[in-house]
Amino acid sequence: MEKQPLKLTVNGREYELYINPKALLVEVIRDHIGLTGTKRGCETVSCGACTVMIDDMAVKSCSILAVQAEGRHVRTAEGLEVNGKLAPIQKAFLDHGSYQCGFCTPGMLMSCEALLKEKPTPTEEEIKEGIEGNICRCTGYNSIVRAVEAVAKGNYKEE
Amino acid sequence: MNKYSVINTHVHNVDGIAKVTGRAVYTFDVKLPGMLYGKILRSPHPHAKIVSIDCGKAMEFPGVVGVVTGKDTLGVKQGIWRRYQDLCDEQILPIDKVRYIGEPVAAVAALTEEIAEQALDLIDVHYEVLPSVYEPLDAIKKEAPEIHEGFERNMNVTRHIEWGDVEAAFEEADYIREDWFKCGGQAHMCMETRAAVSSYTPEGKLTVYHSTQSPYYTQGLLAGVLGLKEGHIRVISPYVGGGFGGKFELDGAVFCSAVLSMKLCRPVKIVFTREEDFIATKRRTPMSYYVRTGVKKDGTFCAREAKVFTNGGAYTGMGATALYLTGFFHSFPYRWKGYRYDGYRVYTNTLPSSSMRGFGAPQAMFCSEQQIEWIAADLGLDPIEMRRKNAHYEGYEVPGQATIASCGIDQCFDEIQKWIKEKGPLPSNRSIGISACGFMSGGIFNWFDSPYAFSSAVVTINYDGTVELHVGAQDIGQGSNTTMAIICAEALGVKVEDIKVHSGDTDHCPADLGAWGSRQTLMAGNAVKMAAEDAKKQLLEFAYAQSGSNIIYDLDIKERRVHSIARPERGSDYFDLVKKVLRGKEGQRIVGRGYYTPHRKGMISPAYSYMLQGVEVEIDRETGKIRLIDSLTAHDCGQPINHLGLIGQLEGAFSMAAGYGYLEYMPYEDGKLMNPNLVDYKVIRATEMPKVPVAEIDTYEPAGPYGAKEAGEGLTNPTAAAIGNAIFHAFGVQMKECPIRPEMIVNALKEKKAKEKKGN
Repeated sequence: MEKQPLKLTVNGREYELYINPKALLVEVIRDHIGLTGTKRGCETVSCGACTVMIDDMAVKSCSILAVQAEGRHVRTAEGLEVNGKLAPIQKAFLDHGSYQCGFCTPGMLMSCEALLKEKPTPTEEEIKEGIEGNICRCTGYNSIVRAVEAVAKGNYKEE
Repeated sequence: MNKYSVINTHVHNVDGIAKVTGRAVYTFDVKLPGMLYGKILRSPHPHAKIVSIDCGKAMEFPGVVGVVTGKDTLGVKQGIWRRYQDLCDEQILPIDKVRYIGEPVAAVAALTEEIAEQALDLIDVHYEVLPSVYEPLDAIKKEAPEIHEGFERNMNVTRHIEWGDVEAAFEEADYIREDWFKCGGQAHMCMETRAAVSSYTPEGKLTVYHSTQSPYYTQGLLAGVLGLKEGHIRVISPYVGGGFGGKFELDGAVFCSAVLSMKLCRPVKIVFTREEDFIATKRRTPMSYYVRTGVKKDGTFCAREAKVFTNGGAYTGMGATALYLTGFFHSFPYRWKGYRYDGYRVYTNTLPSSSMRGFGAPQAMFCSEQQIEWIAADLGLDPIEMRRKNAHYEGYEVPGQATIASCGIDQCFDEIQKWIKEKGPLPSNRSIGISACGFMSGGIFNWFDSPYAFSSAVVTINYDGTVELHVGAQDIGQGSNTTMAIICAEALGVKVEDIKVHSGDTDHCPADLGAWGSRQTLMAGNAVKMAAEDAKKQLLEFAYAQSGSNIIYDLDIKERRVHSIARPERGSDYFDLVKKVLRGKEGQRIVGRGYYTPHRKGMISPAYSYMLQGVEVEIDRETGKIRLIDSLTAHDCGQPINHLGLIGQLEGAFSMAAGYGYLEYMPYEDGKLMNPNLVDYKVIRATEMPKVPVAEIDTYEPAGPYGAKEAGEGLTNPTAAAIGNAIFHAFGVQMKECPIRPEMIVNALKEKKAKEKKGN
C-alpha cells in the first residue's frame, strides 16, 4: 500500500510522518517516533500493555490505526513527567511498589491516569474496572489499586 | 524495632524510575544498526520425520537476507542438565524429526518482520507424519510410538525418594486413604514474550540481548550449541519482562537469532508473538498423582506413598528437576515416619513441560493438602490442629534430605485460626479453604555443571564513596537488584542511593546461576554481604590504624558514619575515610569480593520457608463460577529484606496461584493447544483479585543473609488446594483435577445429588 503523510501529536509534540496507512498506532509510536515505553504483549487487544491516552481517554494503541489518531492528542507514559518531575501517579507507583517487571507499567499508568481524569475519586471497584483491560502478571494488581487510591486522596501533588 | 538501618525499611525499587517513566529498555525494545528481523517456521505436526526442506523460493523473496534450517547448525543436542548427556535431547532446529506442534524447523531473516513472515510461507517442508501420543499413561504403553531413541516406553526420567520403613509405618495406621489427582499445565505468560537480538561480528564474537532469567546459562548453553568459547559470547539481559521459571533455558528466539546472525554477520532480532509464546516455549508440568496416606485415629501421620506420572512433552528441559521437587515437597510441611515417592517423567508429542514458579510443588500441594483435608473430615478431626500436630519444627530432620533450621509454621496456624474466627459465620454460598506448604531457598544441585561459585558479587568503592555493585543475579521483576542493593548498603554501612547495581551482562558481572528456585536472596545475598564486608574490612583496617582502638572489630560503619561500636555517638565521616584509604592505596579503588556455594546443606536447599494460605471463596451453585472474596497469607520467610518487594511478590504469587487453581487451563486436542491467546487463556484480572493481607511470622534463618530465606515463589504452591478445600467445605464435593473449572463443580454437584437420591 502506498505510504501517506500523517500529522500526529504525541506528548504535546507534533510529528510529521510518512507511513503505511495500515500501520497501527502502537507501531507508529514505537517504530516511527521511537517512544518505546509503550509495549505490546498480544495480538488480540487483550493485555493492555500498549495503552495510551487519546484526548484523555485510555485506548489500546494496537486497536486503532495511526491515521485514526490524526488531529488528536496522544499521550504515552513518557508524557506523564514534566521537565523531569514525575506525575502524581508515577510517584504513587514508586511508593506502593505497583510494578515489578515493569513491562505492563507504561500501559497500566495510562489506564490509571485516564481513570483519574474521568473520576478523580474512584471507588475500589471503579479502580479495578478501570484497569481490568490491563494484564499484570507480576503484582496481583492490589498495589496498583492502592497507588490510585493514594493519588485520589491527594497524597501526591503535581509539581 | 528494626535493628537494621536499611533492611526491611521502605525502599523504592532501584529500577523504579526507569520503569514508571518508560525509560526501561527491554530486549523487546533493542534496535541495533543494520538489524534484521527473524521469524520461525514451525511444525504443524505433533510427530513427523523431516524428509526435506526447500528454502529456494523463500531466499529469492525480495527483502529476505537469509534462511537457516537444522542443517546450518552443528546439530548439537542441548539441555540445561548438562551433566547428564542423555537428558540433553533438544536441537531447537531439529534435523531429522519434529516432536511437537510448534517446534521450529526453519528461520528467516529479512529487512522487516512482515517480509520474514511472508517468506515463511515459501519454505517447502516435506514431512513424513508419524503416529503420535499425547498423554503419559498412553505413552508408556508397549505399542506407543517411540519419541526419542533409546528411551524405552518413552520413560524420560525416573526419580525415587524414600525414608523410613514405609510398609511398617502403614501397618501402624488406623486409616488409609488413596486418591488419584490430575494437575494441569500452566503458561508462564510473561508480559514480555521470548525475545532476543543476536549480533555476530567478523572477529568471531557474539553479543546477545536476551530476555532471560540467567545470562550465564544462556552464555554457557549457546557456547555449547554454536561451538564458541563462553568468553566469546556476551549476554546482555536488560530489563526482563517477567520469567516465572520459563526463561532460563535456550529458547527458539535466542537460538535461531544467533544461528542467523552467525551466518549473515548482521544483528538479527526475534520476538515471539503471544501465540508462539503459548505453543512453542515450555509450560508448568502436567501431572497425574496417585497418593496413599496412612494416619492414626488421633490424626498422627504415619506413612505416605505417591506415584506420579508427568507429561514431559517432547523434551527434558528443567523437567527433571520438577520431577524431583514435586516428590520432595509432597511430603511438606509434615513429618512422615515412612515416605516413598516414585516419579516418572514421560515423553509425549506435546509442548515440553518444565519449571514454573513453584517448580512441581503447586501440583504436589493440590493433591496433598486436599487429601489431608478429606482425611480430617473422614476422621472427624479439626483439619488445622491435625496439620499442626504433624508439622515440621525448628531442628527437625527430614530423614536423609534436609535439616530445618528455621520454621514458623506453628505461628502460621495461629494466624489462620484467628482469621477464620474473626470472620464468624459465612453466607451459605461462601466458604473458607486453607492449605499449608513450604519451599526451598535455592537448590544445592549442580546439574548445569558450573565450575563457578553458585553466586558471586564484587563491591567497588569509588573515590567519592559511591559504590558499584556487580552481581550475576538477574532481576526479572522480582526486585533482586533492590534486594542486593539493600544488603550491600546494610553490610557496608551506607545508603541505598550510594549504590549502583550492575547486573545482566556476562562481560562485566560475575557468573551466577541466575533467578530460579528462589535462590537469589539467600545465595546472591550471601555473596553480596561477603563482598560488602570484605570492602568494609579494608576501610576499617585503615580507620583502625588511625584510631588507636584496641581491637579492629570494635569499629563499624553505619549510615555513612564510621564509629567505635562501644561509642556510636562519636564517629567520623564515611566519605572522608574512603578518600584517605584510596590515597593510602595509591589511588586504587577499594574492591571487595564475595561468593557463595552451599556446602553440607542436605539434598535440596540450604533453607525452607513456611506458609499457610487461607481463601474465602464464593461459589455459584448453578453455574459453578468461583469468585475469590478474601484471603490471608501467613508467611515465614525469615528476616524480610526488601519489604515493599516482599508484599508485591506475595500478592503476585497469590494471583498466579489462584489462576492455576481455577482459571488457567491448557486444553490440547491431538497435540494442539486450543487456546493460545489471551482471549481464551484466562489469567486473573484486577476485578477478580481479592485482598491479600499478609501475617508476617518472625523467624531467623541462620543460612541466609541477615536471617532471610525464600519469598515469592513458595506462595504459588498452596492456593489451588485452598480453593479446592473451600469448595469441599461448601458442598462436600472433592475436586481432583485442577484448574477447577465451573463445569467440574456443576457435574460434581449433580453426581452428589444423584448419589444421595440413590442412597435414599
